[in-house]
Amino acid sequence: MLLEIEDVSLLYGRIQALHGISLTVDEGEIVALIGANGAGKSTTMRAISGIRPVASGTIKFAGEDITKLRADLRVRRGLCQAPEGRGIFPGMTVLENLDMGAYTRRDKAGIAQDLARVLDLFPRLAERRKQAGGTLSGGEQQMLAVGRALMSRPKLLLLDEPSMGLAPMLIQQIFTIITEINQQGTTILLVEQNAQQALARAHRAYVLETGRIVKSGTGADLLHDPSVKEAYLGVA
Amino acid sequence: MTTTIDPPERRETAADKLRQGRHAISERWHHAPRWVRWVLLVAVIAFFYALPNKEFYQYLGPIPTPGANFTQVMFTVSIYVLLAVGLNIVVGFAGLLDLGYFGFFAVGAYTVAVLTSPSSDLKTLWPWLAVVAIAIGLTMVSGVMLGTPTLRLRGDYLALVTLGFAEMIRIAAVSSEFLKGQRGFNQIPHPPGQYADGRPWFGVLDARPYYWLVLTLIILVVIGVRNLTHSRVGRAWISIREDEDAAQLMGVPTFKFKLWAFASGAAIAGLAGALFAGKQNFVNSQNFELLNSIIILAAVIFGGSGNIVGAIVGGGLVAYMIERFRGIELFGIELYEYRFLFFGLVLVVMMIFRPQGLIPNRRRAAEFKDRRKEVIVGE
Repeated sequence: MLLEIEDVSLLYGRIQALHGISLTVDEGEIVALIGANGAGKSTTMRAISGIRPVASGTIKFAGEDITKLRADLRVRRGLCQAPEGRGIFPGMTVLENLDMGAYTRRDKAGIAQDLARVLDLFPRLAERRKQAGGTLSGGEQQMLAVGRALMSRPKLLLLDEPSMGLAPMLIQQIFTIITEINQQGTTILLVEQNAQQALARAHRAYVLETGRIVKSGTGADLLHDPSVKEAYLGVA
Repeated sequence: MTTTIDPPERRETAADKLRQGRHAISERWHHAPRWVRWVLLVAVIAFFYALPNKEFYQYLGPIPTPGANFTQVMFTVSIYVLLAVGLNIVVGFAGLLDLGYFGFFAVGAYTVAVLTSPSSDLKTLWPWLAVVAIAIGLTMVSGVMLGTPTLRLRGDYLALVTLGFAEMIRIAAVSSEFLKGQRGFNQIPHPPGQYADGRPWFGVLDARPYYWLVLTLIILVVIGVRNLTHSRVGRAWISIREDEDAAQLMGVPTFKFKLWAFASGAAIAGLAGALFAGKQNFVNSQNFELLNSIIILAAVIFGGSGNIVGAIVGGGLVAYMIERFRGIELFGIELYEYRFLFFGLVLVVMMIFRPQGLIPNRRRAAEFKDRRKEVIVGE
């Protein structure tokens, strides 16, 4: 198991956002976490990346207990999150943003190689390499966030709503890229509201409701599960 | 139902022309050959070294201050510039709001006073030069002590704590027996060095050697800060300022770098305080009003926070303008009495027309635009 989360609870002040969540991600998988607004998807991500401390439970990464490890050290272990929405550095150019992704690395040759790969995956970013991140469109910022996370050459890539606010064509494109990244050998944990796409692309998936995991299974199974269909796919 | 109204032909305003002019200057500067830039830079530095000489500044028309000894004023200005460069690391680069920066200046000045002055209870009477390093070290330590609990938190805590810190130092200076209150410390020694005929370089009467010393230190500090900002440290600071969560997600140890920025800023203020104590020869509790912290913060923002040149220009202009009002009467009113009124007016005008400062940082300008967008989206 690359990532093992056991019975994790998390509090925002007095409000309990996660109630004993357990999930696993195996090497080479795409695992999707779906659920409605406020179900606790992004909170789960924050707990994994270490931005929010957990109240109880354990998080293990590659066999090591990282529950209490600082967020920046988790990145060094090979766990990198692309934050949702505006999580890029608005004043830095596209290249500087990507460079920040490689902050923990010192192997120049490897960084150059990964930069070429990211610019290859996202030709739009290559076109705008000198432009300030804040001046990009929403979709481009999203791509930049994903590309930047890739620059750390993570073992596990956490993607928080990569399709949020994108036009349908762009959504298709970004999911194609996600599959491609996975096929190149990166394990992916994906949080999505767009359940249709996420389930179609994921090997396995978990359904989150009000801070609890209520269902899990292979992507295909959940895609055809009647209750999932009703609640998240908009078909009765 | 939509009606579109053609916008009226926008006439070119004076502000536009000014903007274009400034743009042209910066274009020219960036496209000038390297040697031209160096020559200009050397000329500017030479100008400022020559400035406090009467033989030079008497030909400069309205620049010398009528109501005060111009050389003394230039010393004050140089201290403010040094402080602005230091605060710019904290506010401009790392984006930490420090409202009590002058508190560190006070720590530096008092460290020197307590360890060197004959009126101190310690009676150590150490030479100035030996104490400077201690002063810098102590301010750094106080910066770390202040930063360690507060920098772990986000938001406005730091501003409040630093504000409280500066007031604490001031009140301690006023009321503590050890720090001598209003009576203060006298006969603080000057830095070493003497002319061939035995006269010391540094004294009370001639402020020029002090000014030159501060100017030289400013140049050294600026070179150091510039190198830092172009390194991994600088990138980490900027990333924290732009988005702290994202910085952490990229593996930047944000707390460590915030503490570094805070402590190096404090160290520079300590150095400035030590220089000030030596120059004045005397330190008492009246030198460290809260207003000074505000003025320096305003100077950094005015100049263009996040930009070293901006901080220098801001610190210099603000300190100079305040002194420039001295001795000018208009309709029987001493303008100096109203200096902070003008200062406030200038700041208000700046915030309306140029919130990113006189000489902004390219990134900072983009961040401002980005935040504005966010505000509009949020409406």
